[in-house]
Order: sequence, then C-alpha cells, then structure tokens
Amino acid sequence: MSTDSNTNFVGKAPSRVEGPKKVTGAAKYSAEFDVPDLAYGYVVSSPIAKGKIKKIHADKVLSLPGVLHVFSHENVPSLAWFDRNYKDDIAPGGSPFRPLHDDQIKFSMQPVALVVAETFELARYAASVLTVDYEQQKHETDIESKRNDGSEPGRGKTGYMPPARREDADKGLDQAEHRIRHEYIHGAQHHNPMEMFGATVHYHPDGKLTVYDKTQGVYNCQQYITKIFGLSKDEARVVNLYMGGGFGSGLRPQYELFLSVLAALELKRSVRVTLTRQQMFSFGHRPHTLQTLEMGTGPDGALLGLKHYALHETSRFEEYTENVVNWSGMLYQCPRTYLSYEVAPLDVYTPIDMRAPGAATGSFALEVAMDEMAYEAGLDPLEFRRRNYAEEDQNKKAPFSSKKLREAYDEGARRFGWDKRPMEPRSMREGNKLVGWGVAGGVWDASMQKAAAKATITADGKLTVASAAGENGTGTYTIMTQIAAETLGLPMEAVTFKLGDTTLPEAPVQGGSWTAASVGSAVKSTCEALGEKLLKLAQKMDDSPLQDAKFEDVEFVNGHIRLRKEPEQSVILRDVLQVSGEREIEADSSAMPNPLNMQKYSMHSHNVVFAEVKVDEELGTVHVSRVVNVVAAGRILNQKTARSQVLGSVVWGISMALMEETVMDHRYGRYMNHNYAEYHVPTNADIRDIEVHFVEEEDPHVNPLGVKGIGEVGLLGVAAAITNAVYHATGKRVRALPIYIDKLL
Amino acid sequence: MKPFTLTRAESVEAAVRDFTGYQEAAFIGGGTNILDLMKENVAEPTHLIGLNKLPLNKIEATADGGLRLGATATNADTAWNPEVQQRYPLLSQAILAGASPQLRNMATNGGNLMQRTRCYYFYDTATPCNKREPGSGCAAIGGYNRIHAILGASDKCIATHPSDMCVALAALEAVVHVRSKDGERQIKFEDFHRLPGDEPQRDNTLEPGELIVALELPKQGFAKNFSYLKLRDRQSYAFALVSVAVGLELEGSTIKTARLALGGVAHKPWRDQDAEALLEGQPATEETFKKAADKVLKGAKGQGINDFKIELAKRAIVRALKQAAAGEHKAADIFTNSNP
Repeated sequence: MSTDSNTNFVGKAPSRVEGPKKVTGAAKYSAEFDVPDLAYGYVVSSPIAKGKIKKIHADKVLSLPGVLHVFSHENVPSLAWFDRNYKDDIAPGGSPFRPLHDDQIKFSMQPVALVVAETFELARYAASVLTVDYEQQKHETDIESKRNDGSEPGRGKTGYMPPARREDADKGLDQAEHRIRHEYIHGAQHHNPMEMFGATVHYHPDGKLTVYDKTQGVYNCQQYITKIFGLSKDEARVVNLYMGGGFGSGLRPQYELFLSVLAALELKRSVRVTLTRQQMFSFGHRPHTLQTLEMGTGPDGALLGLKHYALHETSRFEEYTENVVNWSGMLYQCPRTYLSYEVAPLDVYTPIDMRAPGAATGSFALEVAMDEMAYEAGLDPLEFRRRNYAEEDQNKKAPFSSKKLREAYDEGARRFGWDKRPMEPRSMREGNKLVGWGVAGGVWDASMQKAAAKATITADGKLTVASAAGENGTGTYTIMTQIAAETLGLPMEAVTFKLGDTTLPEAPVQGGSWTAASVGSAVKSTCEALGEKLLKLAQKMDDSPLQDAKFEDVEFVNGHIRLRKEPEQSVILRDVLQVSGEREIEADSSAMPNPLNMQKYSMHSHNVVFAEVKVDEELGTVHVSRVVNVVAAGRILNQKTARSQVLGSVVWGISMALMEETVMDHRYGRYMNHNYAEYHVPTNADIRDIEVHFVEEEDPHVNPLGVKGIGEVGLLGVAAAITNAVYHATGKRVRALPIYIDKLL
Repeated sequence: MKPFTLTRAESVEAAVRDFTGYQEAAFIGGGTNILDLMKENVAEPTHLIGLNKLPLNKIEATADGGLRLGATATNADTAWNPEVQQRYPLLSQAILAGASPQLRNMATNGGNLMQRTRCYYFYDTATPCNKREPGSGCAAIGGYNRIHAILGASDKCIATHPSDMCVALAALEAVVHVRSKDGERQIKFEDFHRLPGDEPQRDNTLEPGELIVALELPKQGFAKNFSYLKLRDRQSYAFALVSVAVGLELEGSTIKTARLALGGVAHKPWRDQDAEALLEGQPATEETFKKAADKVLKGAKGQGINDFKIELAKRAIVRALKQAAAGEHKAADIFTNSNP
C-alpha cells in the first residue's frame, strides 16, 4: 500500500467501531430484544446427579394465574428421533444430550422442566414451587477414581488429533543424565462470561421465528433447531450481534435455545429464556485433568526422551476430546517422544472447549516440567528452551510456515531483564517478601475455515460488508471494517460491517482463533471482487486514465482508484459510482484454506511469558507483580484489539494460576461454588503490570492476510510462568493449580 | 423468589409496628444480601419493610466521647467518614476490606451485622443445611469446607460469619442499639452474634421484630496502634479465609491494653479476651504475640479441607500484632492493607 495513503488501516490501532454503542447501551444482547407479547421461561434444574424423574407435579403451578405451561419430558411433543439431528458442528462423538427428552437424569443441574409465564418474576416463582419427585441412583463424578479406567478416545470432535508417537521414549530416558517425572493437576474451570446465556424467540404472525440467541455460531444454531424441530431455514433466522464473552461456552447450542424455540412453537408465541448464574455451571467446562510428564536430558541439556500422559473426564453420553499432549511433541526438539491421552466417562455434563482448550492444560504441565528439568540439569530455564528449540514441527515432520519464537525469547528477555535473574531459588527479596521470576510459553494452531462474505457499495460511496461471523468481544467488527476500508480505499466511517445473522453469507463458529484468518480473508477477497467491478465501471468513463489497466495495476486509496505506477492517473470512486448510474453494486466471494500449503507447512503461533511474583512466605500470599507476554502470531491487524486480547489472556492465566477452580462435592456430584462470589476470577486489585509485545511474522503461506489469530495463544504459558516464578521465589514446587495460600504455608 | 409486599417505613416506630401481622416479615436496608437470598429461595419473606427513609443514617459524636453510627448509614459513608477514619481507622479499613465499592455504596451498617453466612450449602437448596432447614443436616461437615469454621462450631453447623466490619466492631467493643415495639435495648457486641450450637438457624440474639437503630463506638479507637489483616483467595471481593483485627494501647514497648478479634473462623466474630489478657502488661515482642496466637487457636478444630486455617490464623495474628505494635497501618495505607 502506498505511503501517501490515509486509508491504510491494517496494522494500525483504531478503536472498536462498536465501542460507542456498547458504552451507551445501544448494543443489544440476546436477552434484550424487545418483541411484542413476550412470555418468559424459567428453567428448573435437577438437584441430583444421576437417577430418574418419577413425577412432575405441575398442577399446582399451572393453577397460578399467568402461568402458561410447564414443559417437561412428560409433555414434550415428538421431535426428531436420530442423534444426528441433535449434533451440532462442534459436537464430539456420542449421543448429544436432549433437553426434556426422557426421565433420565444424567448430571446435576440438568434442565428438567421449563415453566413459562406472563412475567419473568412469575415464571421464576412458579419454577421454585414446582415439585419434582426423583429416584436417585449412585453417581460417579471424581476423575481421581478413574485413574486406571481411562481409555483412548475412539474418534474425537472436529480438530482432534490423536497424539503422534515417535521412537522409543524409554530408550531416550534410559540414556539421560538427568531425569524428572511428576504429576500435574488442575480442577474443572467454567468460562463464566459476564453475559448469561439467554434467547429471545420472536414468533412472527406467519409462524416464522427470529431467534436472538447467545451463541458463537448463528449458523450452527440454525442448523440445530431446524433439524430438531423440522423447520426450514427460512422459518428460523438466528441472530447474535454482540456477546458478553463466550470463551468457548457458546460454541455449541445451549439448552436455552432448545427450550425457548420449543416453547415458542408450542405456545405460538414469542418466548424468552434466560439462564441464571448458577445454571451457567450446568453446560460444559474445562475438564478436571491429570497429567504426568517425564523427561530426561543429555550432558549438553538436549532432551533425549519425553513422555506426556493426560487423563480427563467426559460425560457418559459424549466423548469430549481436546489436544492436550500433542504440543509436547512440537514445542521442543525431542526425537524420542511418547504422547498418550485418555478420557474417562463420569456423571457430569460433557466438557466444552474453553479458551485454548487442551493447550492451556498441556502447556501448563509441559512448561512446569521444563522448568523442573532445567533445574535438574542445572541450566537457566530460558537457555534450556533455546537449546531444545524446534526448527520444524516433529509431529507433522514439516517446516513451520513461519516461527519467530526465538526472536520472542530475545525480545521478552530484554524487556523483562531476564539476564539479571540469579538461578538459585529464594535468592531475591523485597522487604519481607520473596521475589521470583519464571518463564514459560506455548504453541497454538493457526487455523482457517471456509467463510463467505458479501459487499455492497451504494452511490453515495458507503460500503456494507457482511458475513455471519461472531463478535464475542474480540474486535471482529473493527478488524473487518479495517480490512474492507483498506481494500477499497475508503475511510472506516464509510464502511459498515454486519455479522451474526443467518440471512448473511455463512461463516464458521467464532472459535479456534480462526475468525481473523477465515472471515478476514473472505472480506478481503469479496472487496477485491467488488473492486474489479468498480474498475470496469471506471474504465467505461469518458477519457478514463485507467482504460487499459488490469486489476493488478491499480490500487484503491483515499477514495480514488489509481494506477500503482502512476498514482497521479486516478479517478474518484464516487464519480465512478455516479457516472455509472448504478444505485448499488454488489459482489460476493469466499475464502478457504489452501490445501497445498496446509499439507506442506505446519502453521502455528507461539508465545513466551515472563512473570514476576512476590510471595509473603509466612502468610502464603502470592502477587503477580509483572508479566511480559511476547506473541509471535503472524501479522497483527489491529494493535489495540490484539493487545486487549493478550491482556485478557494474561488476566485469565493469572486466574488459572492463583484462584480459579470449580469445586465439586462428589457426595452430591454437584459444583458447589456456582456463583461469582465463590468462583474466583481476578479483580483489578489482583492485576498489576502487564506488558504485551508482538513479534510480527511475515507469513505468505498461512492465509492471504498472513494472520494467525490471537484469541488463545496469549494464555499459554501464563499459569506455568507464574508457577515457575513461585518456585524461584520460594523453592516450593506446586504441581496442582490453583496456587492457593495453603499450598505455600 | 416468592411474591412479597413492601412498605417503606417513615419512622422507626412505624417500621417495628409494621413487622407484626405478616407470615414472615423482614427488614431491608441496602438489600445486598437479602435479595440474593430471596432469589435463591433461601429467604422467603412475605413482607419487606424498607428502612432507607428512616432518619438513621447519621454518624455523630456521643456525650461520653464515642461515636454513634446510624444503622442505615451506608458502609461506604461510614468507612470514608472523617471521624471514623481519624479515630477508628481499624473500622474504616475493615469495612473497605470487604465486598466491593458498589456493594459498600448500598450496604448499611445494620445490614452488615445481619448478613448471613456464605456457606456454599446454605445457598444451594439442593443440599441439606441445618441453618436453612433445621434438622436437614450439615453438608459442609465432610464436604467442601474451605471457608468454614475452626472455632466454636457444633456438629450441627460449621458456618462462619462473613463480615469484616463486625470483626473490627468486636475488637472495638461496640454496642448495638436495637428497638422493638416494646422499647429500646442495648446489646454488647460480643453478645450480638451467637455460636451455632443446636440452633444454627439463629445467627444472633435479636428477637423477632427487633430493629438495629445504631452502633455505638466507645471513646477508645486505637487509632495509633491497630491492624486489620485480611487473607483471602483474591485481593478484593472475596470473603476472608482468616482476618484479624487488632487494637493496642502501648506504654513504651509494653502493651497496656489489647484487643484481638478474628473473622472467617467462627459463626461469630471471634474475640478472645483471655488472649488479650495474656498480651496486656507484656512486652510487644514476637514471643508474646505467638503466645497469644497459640491461646486463640488452642481449641481450634479443622474440618479437613480447612485445617490450614489454624496455622494461617496463628501466623496472621502474629503479623497483625506486629503491624499494630509498629504503628505501620495509617489510614493512608488503606489500599495496600489488603496486600500483607
């Protein structure tokens, strides 16, 4: 792009285009849409973890004036029969849970009934007095009791990669001069987005539905409800314009969607169902995971053997998988590697992807083990990582499409001051506190999915670009506006990006850090297609200086189409539109991954995190006083939204390290700290200095935009770096998160 | 949430009069706890009496040199009141160590005393709880009891009182003024909250229909040598695992008067007068502090998951006494207090 351009937005730091709407309340979330004649549903949840519903005593509730209906398995109409109708794009193998399907209780807090009433307050009250008789059965919810009962998943969900195995790891370990073997654990965690799940179903007079649902994928939800309820796509439009955080919890259709659509169709009326904060703990979580890492080094600190085993829970009805151990075969050079991954079914709901699923878990164990190994081998932990730097992806036996992790090490070490770190634990103090420095990092997929877009420019020079992508707070509106404006040389104010609506071209679910690459590439290619049309119109103008130009010869800059080589030869875009006499000009296109490149290269983002902790040893308190997170994730589209993503990731990692855990009382098979007061995530007071830096990579192979996505990679290594820093400060090695006060007393 | 009626009382007399004649009436101040309890079907009052129109929101000096805190003054207005900050910084800091600014802006002083335990099982009607449903059993015993009591618990209940403010009020020997339709009475702070015993459903010694109208602080505020140390799982908006309120009066390096109360460890703010007696007349040294700490925790009993709180409480007591003796905690340090 030309240096004289002021429509050059990609890589800059514009503020969120939807920011004013959000702070003024104009941005509407799913449970906020006003629709006429709305009825309200309130979900009744099971108090038991396993058993049968014997009877639902709905009579008393139905006699309350204003109560419209009590939906339960006793009266739900006949719906789609086969499992495939209930499978969404993100569903793992197995038989998806069907709300109100039968009398079986499969997990605690399972929805057993929906009370619908004229007001929310009445529905809530009626739900509280609905008596349900249960027959309780013995449940199992503790993964610790399944240590020897795990099994390799038969087939995983989309994106699951069975662990790659290489040469005999034991042989490598036997040759090692130094060896370690330890177990690492973290409990279940819930996404806890601020916005609770809710759906408003607008029942139109012609029987068609507009469904405003909290989801990370409107098409995924549309497919789900059309298949279950036998609707045509035309009869079920799904919309999600804003999301108060998803983090993976909205990848799959959740039960508020099923229940609200069911009620609307049966009552022939608009219905809203919102879940409570407590019910937010009832539909998927990062699984409680046990991991064992074993490694050994030779005299020069080279890894000779590595074994990584992981076991986590899944439900009885679906086989949830994530890539936990694979990263250990990829992040460092080690020819003899044995990776093994198992799951065990329990009486819990199926886990669901939660920010950097698998990698957040695996990199915690791997990177703490790497620190332990470095100390065992007497090497500085960063130097140890440098010595085992992976020049290629050994799992895939392919070169990286780009990888600037070494540069990230250099940059992070310099910014943090790592060279001043004494190796010995307990060697730094500040007042009565011990100070420790730790390092860790990670690797994450640079994915891309097929996505489509549509672009329309009107005679007044206003451009609208649309794709049914999601905006879960990450900056989708903004980066797509930047890409579109830059591609057609328009000011950002002249561009509107529309998303989250099944009347728009299809986009994948908002997850996997792939939206920037997938939807961004589709937006670029669509705007280019529109540009070609505009060029043709420009060439039809009298005395057009662009007469003989090919599309590659021109650029769209500052509201002009001009020759790249002779920028003074230009036409004004608005003149083109006016002269053409067209009221609007439209183009559509799509983008998909390049299969050749995908085969040839390993495409990944990397990061490294340096953390400083201050520990009051007497009282066991830990404060994370400083974090430097350096991310190598291709090209950065928006410095501001990208930085926000990584800042949020660091906060998330501090949370994982120090306080976050959903605690189950296995006697009841029930999560007990199911509210914001007792499920701890950081407050402002917990967060101090965070420095984010991007080492940008030029990557012509990964996708047309050269982006890798930054929604997840920033989280990797944060919890491990803190854990390692705590060791450096205190000499105590914590291997089970979170690092509560009592673990350091 | 059950349907309920609401009246907003214009006078104390009207408020206490209004209490009778309903199936289950309750007073509501800021509503920061009772509304949660109602949404969770833990509290099911059929009638609420709003208190915020009552002329009880003043903070004023008393004739004998103390300070009277109106029951409907908010926690925020109390903590930031200049008299409270200067003369009772221990109270100010304890209040600011609790909840969040938004909650403190709503919560009232009377309501702070009346807030109920944050025991997970008390809040979850799917589990048994003797406090919520007498006779149903205590799920916290043998369950997840990280935030539960190590002192004064019974085999019926191991809940803790969650307040920070009340820990300071216990150390400061506040007096609770209450009104009913039969008149006014005063309750010494240590007699206000009770231990669970066989009646864990009763948090305090108020009779039905009695309304807190004021908290009276005696003259001695320990403004020079005090500490409020709170240990918790995050730095704000978390209840105490252990908190310690200390007030000392020193003569040289000898302790003349000592006040010591703990939060997060019992069904009530845990003041230990024997430990205070052990400190008084002794040099303000770590050895003295450790003896006092051992005394406080002598009868402590862990419930498994919360066993660590016994050792943590001892260390916290020693640290708080040290801070108080050193006069380290000035009111200006409020925001660093939570980072021991």
